Order: sequence, then C-alpha cells, then structure tokens
Amino acid sequence: MTVVDFLRLDLPALLAAILACGLCGLLGSFLVLRRDSLLGDALSHAVLPGIIAGFAITGARAGLPMLLGALAAALLAVFLISLVRRVARLESGAATGAVFTSFFALGLMLIEATGARSVDLDLDCVLFGQLESLVWLEAQGFASLFDPAALASLPRQIFLLAAVSIVVAGLVALLWRPLHLLCFDPDYAAAIGLPARGLELALNLMVAAAAVAAFEAVGSILVVAMLVCPAAAIRLLTDSYRAQVLGGAALGAALGALGYALAGPVPAALGQEFALNAAGVIGTLGGLMVAGAMGLRELRAAFRKPEIISG
Amino acid sequence: MTAPAPLAITHLTVAYGDKTVLWDITWQATPGLTAIVGPNGAGKSTLLRAALGLIPSIAGDARFFGRKLEEVRNRVGYLPQRASVDWDFPASALDVVCMSRYPRMRWWGRVPKAERDAALGALEQVGLADLADRQIGRLSGGQQQRVFLARALAQDADLYLMDEPFAAVDAATEQAIIAVLRRVVAAGRSVIAVHHDLATVPAYFDHVLLLNGRAVAAGHVKAAFTPDAIARAYGGRLNVLEQAVAEGGLR
Repeated sequence: MTVVDFLRLDLPALLAAILACGLCGLLGSFLVLRRDSLLGDALSHAVLPGIIAGFAITGARAGLPMLLGALAAALLAVFLISLVRRVARLESGAATGAVFTSFFALGLMLIEATGARSVDLDLDCVLFGQLESLVWLEAQGFASLFDPAALASLPRQIFLLAAVSIVVAGLVALLWRPLHLLCFDPDYAAAIGLPARGLELALNLMVAAAAVAAFEAVGSILVVAMLVCPAAAIRLLTDSYRAQVLGGAALGAALGALGYALAGPVPAALGQEFALNAAGVIGTLGGLMVAGAMGLRELRAAFRKPEIISG
Repeated sequence: MTAPAPLAITHLTVAYGDKTVLWDITWQATPGLTAIVGPNGAGKSTLLRAALGLIPSIAGDARFFGRKLEEVRNRVGYLPQRASVDWDFPASALDVVCMSRYPRMRWWGRVPKAERDAALGALEQVGLADLADRQIGRLSGGQQQRVFLARALAQDADLYLMDEPFAAVDAATEQAIIAVLRRVVAAGRSVIAVHHDLATVPAYFDHVLLLNGRAVAAGHVKAAFTPDAIARAYGGRLNVLEQAVAEGGLR
C-alpha cells in the first residue's frame, strides 16, 4: 500500500471514525453519569425523521439542513418523552422507548415516501453508515495535507464532524462545572440557582448534534455503541470526573482508530483478501472493552486492601 | 419594625397528577430551629421542594425574608435527602462541598483557592476534614449525610432548608449534626428541617410545624407540639411508641 493509497482510501475514513467515536465517547460520560444512557439511544434514533425532512426540503444531502432538521426532531422527541412520562405516568424507560422507536419508524417511512432512498440514504446507510465510501481522490501525496484546495475536497462528512466536535468540546469545557453538578444532583443545581433546565437542554442538543454528525459516517448502531461503551468502561475504572469525561473521549477515539484498522487495512497488510464492516468491528470492540473493564475492576478489587469505613 | 420571616408560605397547594399532596398551606417560620413533622406522605419534603420551586405548585406563594427566592437565592441553603443521589458518582467529599459555591465561580478552570478553603472549612465544621479527598461512595452513611450538611453550610446562607438531616445516621452522628445546627442558629441563622423522630422534637427544636397534607399546628414546641395536635396530625396512624411519646413523653 502506498502513501497515496492511504491518503486516498484510508485517511478520510480513519479521521471520520476517530472524530465520530471520540465525540460520542466524550458525551457518553454525561449520559452514563446521569444514569440516562438510554437517552443516547433514543436521540440517535429520533433524529432520523428530521434528517430525512431536511433532505426532502432542500433536495440535497447537505450538512446544515439535515443537522437543523435533526436538532428539531431531537427537541420534539425530548419534549414528547417528558410529556408521556408526566401525562401517562409511565416510567422513564418506557416513555423513552415508545417515543424513539416511533420516531425511527417514521423516519424509515419518510425515506420511502420522499425518495431519499434513490440517493443512497437507505437503510444500510442509516444502520451501518458508509465509512468505507469516504474517499479523498484529490490526494496526491503528503503535500496534499497542506494544500487548501486539496483539503477542501475531503468528504463533507468530515467537515461536519470536525465542526460539531469543536463546538461540543468547547461547550463541555465552558460548562465543565455546571455539568458535573447537573449529573450528580440536578435538584440541588436548580435550588442554588444554576439554569438546570437549560443545561439539560444543552446536553441533549449536543448529543443530538453528535448523533447526526456521526450517523452518516458510522451509522446509528455505532453511535449508540460509542455513546455507551467507552463511558461505561471508564466508569468502572475511575472515581475522577476529569478522568471519566476525558478518558471517555480518548477511549472512543482509540476504539475508532483500532476498529477501522482491524477491519480493513490490517488484514490487507497481512495479505488477506477479506475486509470486515468497520462499524461492526468498532462496535464489537466497544462491547469487549466493557467486558474487559469489568474484569479489570474485579481483579483490582481482589488485590486492594480493604478500606475501613466507620462513623 | 420586625424583620420579615425567613420563610412565609401563603395558600400553597401542590398536586402530583390528580393526587393533591398539600392543601392551602399558610405558615410563617420563626427565626431559629424549626422541625417539620408529620406522617409519611404528609407532604413534608414536598413543602420544601415546592417552596424552592423544584416542583410546580397549583397555587400559592413562598417568600424568603419577604422577597422572591430569585432575589435572595444566596441567602437560602438546601440539604436534599441523602437517598436522592447516586453515591457511586465520581466526586470526592471536597468536590461535593465545592458544588455549593459554583454560583460564585466561573464555570470553567480550576476551583479558586478561596472557594476551596471555604469548602474545606465547612468539612471541618462537620468533622470530615480528614476525608476531604475520599470518593463519596467510600464514606459511611453518616459521613455522607455530613458531607451534604457541609455542602449546605458552605452556601453560607441565612436560612437552611433540610430534608431529613438525621435520616439513617447513628446516635453519635445525630448528636454531631444537632450540635452543628445549634451553632448555626446561635450565629443568628435559621434552620427548617424535616424530622421523623417525634421523641426528639422537643429536645432538638424550638419551633414545629405539624403537617398532614394541611398545616395542623404550628408555633413554639411547648405550645404547638401537644398530644392533641400530634394525634390530629397522625390520625389513626400513630404507632404504639409514638402514642407513648405523644401522651407522656413531653415532660
């Protein structure tokens, strides 16, 4: 494999995998800490009708209208979930499950009805993404990495992912402490005058934006896996908020890179003919990682000196 | 001219769904140490939470020091029930106490030293300075309760609303907590605490509000905490022990 081959075929997909998984890993910690991981699942599915509507209205697979449509759908879903919870007095899991599956199903119908299907916004793309189809044909060699004209021809999914990642990382840094308190004790946050509802909304919108930006590249199944697995694995290993949030992002990004490499480039380098679905490999690794973290925690507990708790 | 009451509630009515929990409560807290007492489901926690605006009320109003809560939020401290949070959460005792001072800090960067010192001081007051860096899940129940107390104290408020500060703590911790509350009141501040143990009401508190969906009786413990009022608040639900307290235990 030559350098040009790598730049053309692997770099865009690798970048997309790292950004998408790192972004979801970063936000996943907040969902896990709030004991609301199902919401990540819900939002990443509930955005589908909004994406398709954005596509149908503009008639093109452009980033911004689809992102706006997705955010609107996510807002509506969050509102409906809390409404169903209150009015029907269902437990939150049931309310969440009922709303997001309906939204997702509506999205699937819209795909058929709006003709989005003919422009390869089909079920496969929705579920598994199209990591392997992200290519950078304008790359001529390392020099292209510094050539604005060539860089501008990178797949647009990468730009959307990068933009959302930067905004989300900035917001998380800015809201670092309020988010900590919101996750631990939302009532207390409200009682001392922090805008708890607003923070909650900001968090949900960030998750929705991440789900949209990531979904085209890696598919909704992997978005769910990456919102939960890295954060859950880290959760088993640390008692530090900083390590939890930053570690979740780092672990997500590492998983994205490793999973992509194991799916295609590594077998190819070893002279193997087969290649695996990258999203599938990354997701599987995520599950294995949680299992590994559980094992590690047990092992650590077995060797730790018992701590005396008194009073 | 007398100073306005630390907390004045007028015609407060609160419902969950179609079940009304609090009916038309009108009550003025007196400065000092006040217990809110009543049977399970009497709406004790609900009263505090509705006054703080954490749950919506159908009607009525709560004023703190004669003002709306938003205008005097830094004068009102809150201690929620210990069971309301996940103690496995990644935070140290000091982290949790620092949370009370978030409204005074920038939202990002390191916690300023002055705020950190204030939080450490609050931990010291409840005797937990040694355990400041311990993860909260590795504290005993009594220590966790004291972390919450320290967090409330670190708010440096003039009125503290406390939801069961003595819940599930041992006798030694209970004594330590009441000593802290007495110091707070001696410094001219007020505490309103939801309390469960009828036997200790006269010993611990100056004032009482007996609650059972409605305000049954309120005032100084000697005047309001009578066997008759207790029986009315608890209806037929008083157990044998509580009956004994109500009838004979009031000295």
